[in-house]
Amino acid sequence: MQLVWDWFRWLNESTGINLTIFYDQFDRSRFASGFLMTVKLSVICIVSSVVIGVVGAWIQGSRLRVARTIVHWYIQAFRNTPPLVQLYFFYFGLGSLLKAAGGGPLITNVTWAIVSLSFFAGAFNVEIFRSGIEAVPRTTLEAAESLGFSRAQAYLRIVLPLAFRISLPALNNNLVNLVKTTTLAYAIAVPEMLYVSSQIWSDELNVPVMMNVLLICYFVLVGILVYLMHRWERAIRVPGFGI
Amino acid sequence: MNDFHVAQTSGVLPVLLPLAERMTRAALRERAMGSPTLRLDSSHGVALVVAFLCGCGITQAQSQAADPSIFTTLWKWTPLLARGFVFNLAISFMAMAIGTIAGLFLGFAQISLLPPVKKGAFFATHFFRNAPWLVLLFYCMFLLPFQVTVLGVTIPIPDWTKATLGLALPVMANVSEIVRGAIQSIPTTQWEAATSLAFNRRQTLWMIIFPQCIKRMLPPWMNLYAILTMATVLASIVGVNEMMTLTQRALSAESRPGLLLAFYSYVLLWFFLYCYPIARWTVRLEARYAVNQ
Repeated sequence: MQLVWDWFRWLNESTGINLTIFYDQFDRSRFASGFLMTVKLSVICIVSSVVIGVVGAWIQGSRLRVARTIVHWYIQAFRNTPPLVQLYFFYFGLGSLLKAAGGGPLITNVTWAIVSLSFFAGAFNVEIFRSGIEAVPRTTLEAAESLGFSRAQAYLRIVLPLAFRISLPALNNNLVNLVKTTTLAYAIAVPEMLYVSSQIWSDELNVPVMMNVLLICYFVLVGILVYLMHRWERAIRVPGFGI
Repeated sequence: MNDFHVAQTSGVLPVLLPLAERMTRAALRERAMGSPTLRLDSSHGVALVVAFLCGCGITQAQSQAADPSIFTTLWKWTPLLARGFVFNLAISFMAMAIGTIAGLFLGFAQISLLPPVKKGAFFATHFFRNAPWLVLLFYCMFLLPFQVTVLGVTIPIPDWTKATLGLALPVMANVSEIVRGAIQSIPTTQWEAATSLAFNRRQTLWMIIFPQCIKRMLPPWMNLYAILTMATVLASIVGVNEMMTLTQRALSAESRPGLLLAFYSYVLLWFFLYCYPIARWTVRLEARYAVNQ
């Protein structure tokens, strides 16, 4: 490994391409932690937004009118306002109300970013899952019932698998968008990749190099997600349906 | 695209409702656009007004006797905020103009017959589509010089110009994808008919295909504009004096804790009033063009 680090040190001395994130121990660990934070934010938000989506879609199908109205307004509020405003609302608005005993914040900025981004993407997911379930015709459900499936079995084995396949393209769009939106956590000082990079370039004065590193990192990260999701989409698509 | 038509006409899987087909089509459209469709309606406006009035009520309830009323305070800051808003609009117009022109070129390059041009344009489009908007904004903010010297004349580049370019890059990539999608959605028979009438490729594109694309491109293009307008507040993170930055300054100058909700909902209301007609118009155009496609 030392050989690689030395090569980057040599690269800096000979060409001026100053990649401190490779040869400097401190910057390396900083950047790695920022990268991991971005991955962590993305993974946690993807999982929890999908959970929010499933629960919300289930509530929207319930008979309780109050619950349906609440979910409806939740979707409207989070779909139609900029995510930056939502983040500020959670962090500065709600965060300032919830103070710990010592006067410090009760909930950290990382948690607020996770909460805010999950709710943001979750609002889209609720709609996606709901319309996916609606797109499965009632007759399919009736056919399943006439074959002796119980209601739960019919949902688990017939409706949901079909609904999931129908919703997957829209879900992918939303999740890719979510990963790109994690950069907004910069605004509330969450140490993710963008924030850490900005710290590094202000310490080491290697703005152009770090900018390019950042751009490539995001390109690769999002590119991998897009590639995997599209492959998955193609693998499980309903034959003869869609493109 | 072609299998899709096959599936649609031959009805391979009639068990799925048209809803499922519509959903898939909408997902593909959103994928080309790179952003979800805005669906604003008047109830959102009502909700915002309610939030605004609640904010005003909270401020009024928390204020001391010496404080001026919330409406006086808002009115006092309105000219400054309006100036910031004009700035947001200027950034959005210019970013849209630059992005559209560059995106048209890139979109046409994506369907070029020359493999290197096609591959390069494909890569550029996807590179800028996969990079987050904020990262591209940072990229332009920090990498462009604050002034350039051309033939001994020093031209300063103000930071809002750089922000405009930073926002124009993702717009360019999305427009490129919209153009490509629209051109590919035109049935192949149109190309064949043009070829049989002895149009060459350039003539076919300009005189037959592109005019038909404009209708299909207009709704996503307008939606992209509305989203871009909302994204101009990102410029506040990099310190451009636009409406969000000025609101933060106004709030710190007032230094009254209760003003937060009132001011931010006031700002949101401005953006809503601007984006609402665009979003409604987009929906109407989409509905009108969907029939004769």
